[in-house]
Amino acid sequence: MIKDQEYLKSKASYCLDLAKKLGATDASVTVGNSISESVSFRNRVLDESNRSDSLAISIETYIGKKRSSISSSNLLDENLKILISKCFETTKITPEDEFNSLPDKDLLAGEIKDLNLYDESHLENDKKIDYLRELEEVASIDKKIVNTESGFTENKSNFILANSDGFCNGYKSSSFSASCVTVAKDENSMERDYEFTSKCHLNDIIDPKNLGKIAAEQTIKKLSPKKIGSDKISIIFDKRIAKGLLSSFASAISSSAIARGTSFLKDKIDQQIFSNSINIFDKPDLIKGMGSQCFDSEGVKSEALKLVERGFLKEYLVDTYNGKKLNLKSNGRSGGGTNLYFENGQISFEELLKIHSRSLYITETIGHGTNIVTGDYSVGANGFLVENGELKYPVSEITIAGNFNDMFKSITLANDLDFKYSVNSPTMMIEGMTVAGK
Amino acid sequence: MSNFFNKSDLTRNDVEEIVSDTLKNCDDGELYFEDSKSESILLDDNKIKSSNYSSDLGFGFRAISDEVVAYSHSNEISKESLKNSSKNLKSTLKSSKGTYNHEIPKTNNKFYEEINPIEQKSLDSKLEVLNKVNDYLRKKDFTVKQVTASFAGEQKSIEIIRSGGEALTDVRPLIRFNVSVMLEKNGRKETGVYGVGGRQSYDEYLKNDNWKNVCEEALRIASVNLESKPAPAGEMKVVLGPGWPAILIHEAIGHGLEGDFNRKKTSAFHDLMGQKVASEGVTIVDDGTLDKRRGSLTIDDEGTPTERTVLIENGILKNFMQDRLNARLMKTKSTGSGRRENYKHIVLPRMRNTMMLSGKQTQDEMIKSVDKGIFAVSFGGGQVDITSGKFVFNCTEAYEINNGKIGSPIKGATLIGDGPSILKEVSMVGNDMMMDPGIGTCGKAGQGVPVGVAQPSILIDKMTVGGTKL
Repeated sequence: MIKDQEYLKSKASYCLDLAKKLGATDASVTVGNSISESVSFRNRVLDESNRSDSLAISIETYIGKKRSSISSSNLLDENLKILISKCFETTKITPEDEFNSLPDKDLLAGEIKDLNLYDESHLENDKKIDYLRELEEVASIDKKIVNTESGFTENKSNFILANSDGFCNGYKSSSFSASCVTVAKDENSMERDYEFTSKCHLNDIIDPKNLGKIAAEQTIKKLSPKKIGSDKISIIFDKRIAKGLLSSFASAISSSAIARGTSFLKDKIDQQIFSNSINIFDKPDLIKGMGSQCFDSEGVKSEALKLVERGFLKEYLVDTYNGKKLNLKSNGRSGGGTNLYFENGQISFEELLKIHSRSLYITETIGHGTNIVTGDYSVGANGFLVENGELKYPVSEITIAGNFNDMFKSITLANDLDFKYSVNSPTMMIEGMTVAGK
Repeated sequence: MSNFFNKSDLTRNDVEEIVSDTLKNCDDGELYFEDSKSESILLDDNKIKSSNYSSDLGFGFRAISDEVVAYSHSNEISKESLKNSSKNLKSTLKSSKGTYNHEIPKTNNKFYEEINPIEQKSLDSKLEVLNKVNDYLRKKDFTVKQVTASFAGEQKSIEIIRSGGEALTDVRPLIRFNVSVMLEKNGRKETGVYGVGGRQSYDEYLKNDNWKNVCEEALRIASVNLESKPAPAGEMKVVLGPGWPAILIHEAIGHGLEGDFNRKKTSAFHDLMGQKVASEGVTIVDDGTLDKRRGSLTIDDEGTPTERTVLIENGILKNFMQDRLNARLMKTKSTGSGRRENYKHIVLPRMRNTMMLSGKQTQDEMIKSVDKGIFAVSFGGGQVDITSGKFVFNCTEAYEINNGKIGSPIKGATLIGDGPSILKEVSMVGNDMMMDPGIGTCGKAGQGVPVGVAQPSILIDKMTVGGTKL
């Protein structure tokens, strides 16, 4: 069983009291417990079972404008005593920073909305095994599939965040996820692809047959890829890749990147950075949302934000420290975005594929070729060549490159948004990028 | 003997009994205790931004039967907690009928000292170095707009208790010192990053004002990038400099030679043992025994002493890297490559220090032989798709080569290639093998472990460069 709120609260207040007694002017504590149980399968037999029970505590102590922190997994009072005094001693010799402080009291979350993030259902390992068996049976029907690996993880967490200004709140959350990775082989090549599902509630996950079927189909389609010539060609990003571009946008508007001056979007508030049709939202209060939260990691209430309106940048993602530096109020985004998404476009996926007679549909990228200082983007990729709205053949061993400043202004979105992840995008087309191949 | 459970209600006898009882019908397995202390101190934006200390104590209990691994970990060290884990493992492996393999090689070697680098340098003197770095860089060059400098230190003590009570221990220090600088000139911003580290005290890396050299190198890379032009796009010849660019070897070849992917036949190399996979003159080893290097280990995380494993000898594929599980299933022996990020993770076969050995040519000869291509000196990171063999890495310092001469610097670009064929495109191997500065972390299945790489300069005849200029 995961530790209850009372236990976590007692640990948190023990730490706060101790820090105060030592002479800390302020302090904040996060204490959490997470239990996860997973089972994995390979080629239709049990491969691994894993149970993890983790306790974690992190404490920040302030002496005026001086701050330092410690973290530990050992919650015995005796150990906490040693660590807190070590933290306090370190704080004493750490230089002052005028922007260090707890969040403004009037910004702290008051009422905690029930976002239905916790499902107390428990799936016994034997039931998880049944799910995976069914999944892999479907995934391995086609003879071209030579390897299947799948896993099911159930996770339950609980936490308390408390600070010396009297904030003390926390809540339980759960997740149920299943994934399937398949390898397909033909005379020319061996390829791998995957599908997965992850939800707060057990009943919302995709059924195993469907999951296995999608993974296998996606993998087989990739067999015998060709390398194409270097070219300027319009690129269509599958939803699972398009969401990555949105994540890069989120890191570029994080108040820390802006305050440090290391973002290509610095000083771009109220300027047009996307094409006119683009709207971007960040909504923390979606019921059962994968990125939902009642407050951020500092206890600040987070409300829905329209980050981009008709292509214009409206807000940064602001926490307390960097907010003070930038003279902005925290908007409850310490720790980044919540449920971040592009509003749907006007046309269907099929119509998007037909806009150009020849384009490239990207289903996977590899490498870390995103530079948020300059906006430069260059990654390895594979996908499919599209001609007249149809996928012609798989393509691999190419790179795609551009700069976000230009790419963001050339985005066209389809209307196929769904909320599979915490960051979500409809299928996306970008024109004017460079493909390097043969 | 150890302090892992002296504050709990467990005695060594209890622990040995529970371990032996849990593993009695299993093929292998162990109880792994880990006590780690770590710190990170960060200067950023002219200020000490954070100073964090962390201590973590926990155990991971593993039971293996045939191909099935059952694992349970917790950071609650008590009889009840250990018994719960034991129960969990037994329920997964209820029909197990294995015979425990007690055999494990021993070593008297030690590749680093049992020091705690965090305690060996006072916080005050660490803060002083960080402030000196900041002042030095900002005074040195007026285009410096941002400086980030950090210390990261760790001491990790482990004890492995096997069925029958055999215990194996190791104490591992690890440090890293890093400097990142951002320049701005005529509205253009570029960054440069450099760092040093390994398994000894901070001062070994900082003596004789060596922090200045780290600053200079970060500054140099950033300055070069300020002048960079768009990179070319398409297939061309690539000369790689010595040292850190060996992450190409790590990505293109290393991961594909890890035992698990080959046992599961999901690696593009699984059916190439004994065959030619690289040009003649290419020899690649993975070595865990180098003194005080970041990727070195006295024993791996299963207790097996590490070794120097020859992966490719003169172009021929010789060995995979193995942990105990994959070695047993592939009927070979562990190469001491079983590693885990910490007690929360299962053991996987991993790289240690992966090196391509020196050949005979000079870097000059390579550059002169190239009509049109690029010269890549430093990289940010890489990734590989094990199954298709396709890998990428990102240049952070590179130049055009035109008619045998090094030309303008080019913007960061991704290079992409095919693992099983790339080493056949190596047409020259330099005589200048160099280790990396000790900053690498390798990620696999969500686990990060410290690794090293080394190589001489090499010439690759054909690779795709992912620039924007057609």
